[in-house]
Amino acid sequence: MAEIIKSRKPVSINPLKSSTPLGAALGYLGIEGAVPLLHGSQGCTSFALVLLVRHYKEAIPLQTTAMDEVATILGAAGNMEEALLNLQRRMKPRFIGIASTALVETRGEDYAGDLKLILARQPELADTSVVFASTPDYIGALEDGWAAAVSAVIDGVVAPWSPAVTSFQQVNVLPGVNQTPADIEYLRDLIESFGLYPVILPDLSGSLDGHIAEDWCATTQGGARLEEVAQMARAVHTIAIGEHMRQPADLLCSLTGVPVTVFSTLTGLAPNDRLLSLLSHISGRAVPGRYRRQRSQLLDAMLDGHFHFGGKRIAIAADPDLLFSLSQFFTSMGAKIVAAVASTANSPNLAQIPTERVIIGDLTDMEDAVRAAGGADLLVTHSHGRQSARRLGIPLLRVGFPIFDRLGTAHMHTVGYCGTRDLIFRVANLFMGQMHEHKPDDFAPARPAPFNEEIVHDSASLAAH
Amino acid sequence: MSDALKAKVAELFNEPGCDKNAAKGEKERKKGCSKPLTPGAAAGGCAFDGAKIALQPITDVVHLVHGPLACEGNGWDNRHAASSGPRLYRLGVTTDLSQMDIVMGTGEKRLYKAIKEVIARYAPPAVFVYSTCVPALIGDDIGAVCAYASDKLGTPCIPVDAPGFVGSKNLGNKLAGEALLDHVIGTMEPEVSTPFDINILGEYNLSGELWQVRPLFEALGIRVHACVTGDARYREVASAHRAKVNMMVCSTALINVARKMEERWGIPYFEGSFYGISDTSTALRSVAKLLVSRGAPEDLIARTEALIAAEEARAWARIEPYRQRLAGKRVLLYTGGVKSWSIVSALQEMGMVVVGTSVRKSTDNDKQKIKDIMGGDAHMVESIPPREMYAQLRRGDADILLSGGRTQFVALKARVPWLDINQERHEAYAGYDGMVTLVQELDRSLSNPVWAEVRRLAPWEEGETEDWLDDNVPRLTPLAREG
Repeated sequence: MAEIIKSRKPVSINPLKSSTPLGAALGYLGIEGAVPLLHGSQGCTSFALVLLVRHYKEAIPLQTTAMDEVATILGAAGNMEEALLNLQRRMKPRFIGIASTALVETRGEDYAGDLKLILARQPELADTSVVFASTPDYIGALEDGWAAAVSAVIDGVVAPWSPAVTSFQQVNVLPGVNQTPADIEYLRDLIESFGLYPVILPDLSGSLDGHIAEDWCATTQGGARLEEVAQMARAVHTIAIGEHMRQPADLLCSLTGVPVTVFSTLTGLAPNDRLLSLLSHISGRAVPGRYRRQRSQLLDAMLDGHFHFGGKRIAIAADPDLLFSLSQFFTSMGAKIVAAVASTANSPNLAQIPTERVIIGDLTDMEDAVRAAGGADLLVTHSHGRQSARRLGIPLLRVGFPIFDRLGTAHMHTVGYCGTRDLIFRVANLFMGQMHEHKPDDFAPARPAPFNEEIVHDSASLAAH
Repeated sequence: MSDALKAKVAELFNEPGCDKNAAKGEKERKKGCSKPLTPGAAAGGCAFDGAKIALQPITDVVHLVHGPLACEGNGWDNRHAASSGPRLYRLGVTTDLSQMDIVMGTGEKRLYKAIKEVIARYAPPAVFVYSTCVPALIGDDIGAVCAYASDKLGTPCIPVDAPGFVGSKNLGNKLAGEALLDHVIGTMEPEVSTPFDINILGEYNLSGELWQVRPLFEALGIRVHACVTGDARYREVASAHRAKVNMMVCSTALINVARKMEERWGIPYFEGSFYGISDTSTALRSVAKLLVSRGAPEDLIARTEALIAAEEARAWARIEPYRQRLAGKRVLLYTGGVKSWSIVSALQEMGMVVVGTSVRKSTDNDKQKIKDIMGGDAHMVESIPPREMYAQLRRGDADILLSGGRTQFVALKARVPWLDINQERHEAYAGYDGMVTLVQELDRSLSNPVWAEVRRLAPWEEGETEDWLDDNVPRLTPLAREG
């Protein structure tokens, strides 16, 4: 059981968090024909947009209600209406996902009511699906924003169960914000190989996987299709990944009656064994040969890799669910978590993290914790950890969001037997790249102290020559 | 917004040093110059963003952002303003206001504690404190907190009052300039002062561009006393009022600083640019002339001419090998302000054809210069919507797009070369050497074989699958259906 400690610093130095509205925008980007809209000043959108572009290296549709001084003081419902109409005219999106920001939430606007009135009086918006998530920057972080967006979509788009719904060999998947497009592609293949049809919400594998389309598109190209999302009640089961997806999964369950399984992580042998058993159970089919093969590849990777993990001292700083997942992974390979920092306290899993204490804080708290623990061998966090890694003089494994100084982040995977296997290799290769060439001095303290007489004898004989 | 801030913004909009403002009528002038933003169709940063851009390059201070997470948390460690020493400016520091702070009104207390904490941790020569939308809305008085903290803690704390909702990035630049005028410039004396001291205003040392230019001044015995704010130390900026001449780059973002420094300390200023060979030479000439008028020895002008002749010859000689390769290549230039014309002349000198240059952010002065250089306004374009730009590039209207990160993917998805010439770029293009680098980069991009590869259709899409197949490759024959 880890003790959870909140940082006592009155200031965040090198923040670990990305903002809640950014997480919501990212969630909305997993829907086809979508434009996310942040309800706030134009800077809120600009900073989020730049960070998303730096991470994905893709054009990102993201708009703003551009609240100015007047809207800030007199109310911003007019801005929201104008923004919706402008988006509809300019980009013709099928879906607009609105996320609030600290500015509009501090004003305390009744945006839900405003939105209702706007949609009622504007026939132009009839063909566009519009949802709203409350995501003030001052509560939570990336995972919370993502989950709020998914809940908003479920609430606004999914048709509740009715006797007219015919069940179908469909499985709903609610991936967390930590699953990359490659992870989602893997899950789709896996579920299909059991003869089941996956409906994935949000689905970044179509929109942010990095591809060249035949024409320019102002909205997202690819992603979850609204028609399919509306039919989620047809599924026989829902799989959610990460504790932060429990709330959207429960909401989906209450609307549709489809039973839910939440996996707190899908990295590592045991959780994937559970996932395959579940799919095998649902479909009534045996686990396909290639996944049996992948499992045995993972076992081999664990054996080859354990030499490099055993006894290693790891520092991890991440959003709570990612922190939980990675700390399980490293511990299961024989490494020791010497510093664990979470961006928020919003996960019941934090107490289960196999370390003494989990700090709710920033990258500076992580650095301080590493120094207090007497050093670490590897830092695991996002790209903002590069300054810390340099100061600490240890390698950095980039995980989560944002990763802006590496290419191919959309295709890095950590889910499934394959993803776990590749993660083992990535980490082991990092350690091998740091391999220390042994020198006699390394063994100095381990050598027995020489006899006094011998020294006398030696020096005497030296003096004689 | 507080009355003080309101007065400040009104004053900035009535800038006598600005040609555009001077040309307006009385009534129009009162309206100010911020264009209203269109919800759902706005792009670009806010005033806070602009203020941060302008001040962040001061390397040895702590930049503390008072607000909820997003303002700093989503934006820190973003730009490539380089430092020759201190790294303190690269920290991302924010009060990360919680709901409790906002509801209970404890923001000011948290800010004071935050200032105290960073001073205790890092002992910086100063702390710059930035306001953002939420504290401005709930009425946190960062000016008062800074004054109290400066007094109590003995380290200058500089309030930068530019919350995002007051306007654009450009307005934020100017509000940052006001913070420097009100609280920094003139508060310290330089250790040494020479008749050859100049300041450069609005140069942020992105990717080290200041260091491409500094050696030119050093060769003439001119000392860049303070660069505001690229690679600056707090003390240099605080004692900038002892310089003899101000050079203002980056169009008119810090024109208020230049004009008020002239009013207060009699420092003459001029606007110049280090982009392009002839512009660099013009800038050097202007500096020399102004320094001589302020008492530097007369021979500076002759020495400057000699340096210009030598440097220009050297640059052209280095560019020569590329002329053949680049001549006739068509460029679409999508930037703004100074770069819309200073780079045009450079490209034309190379024999390249500029098919269009955008004038979205250009002043009338900039536009006139484009007309002079390009012989008319046929190639001036306002903003181009991404879909239209994509269509143009896909059609092959241009061989390369030079722009900022925002339009990067329009070019790449249209399978057309793209070169970053805005602030996020990793290459330095200033001065004579910078122009050579730009030419090298253009060549490197245009001559890359990937363009031909990515434009080629897959064989099965061309319908000529068989061309490269050996006739002897056996194939399966579909069975004829019985009956």
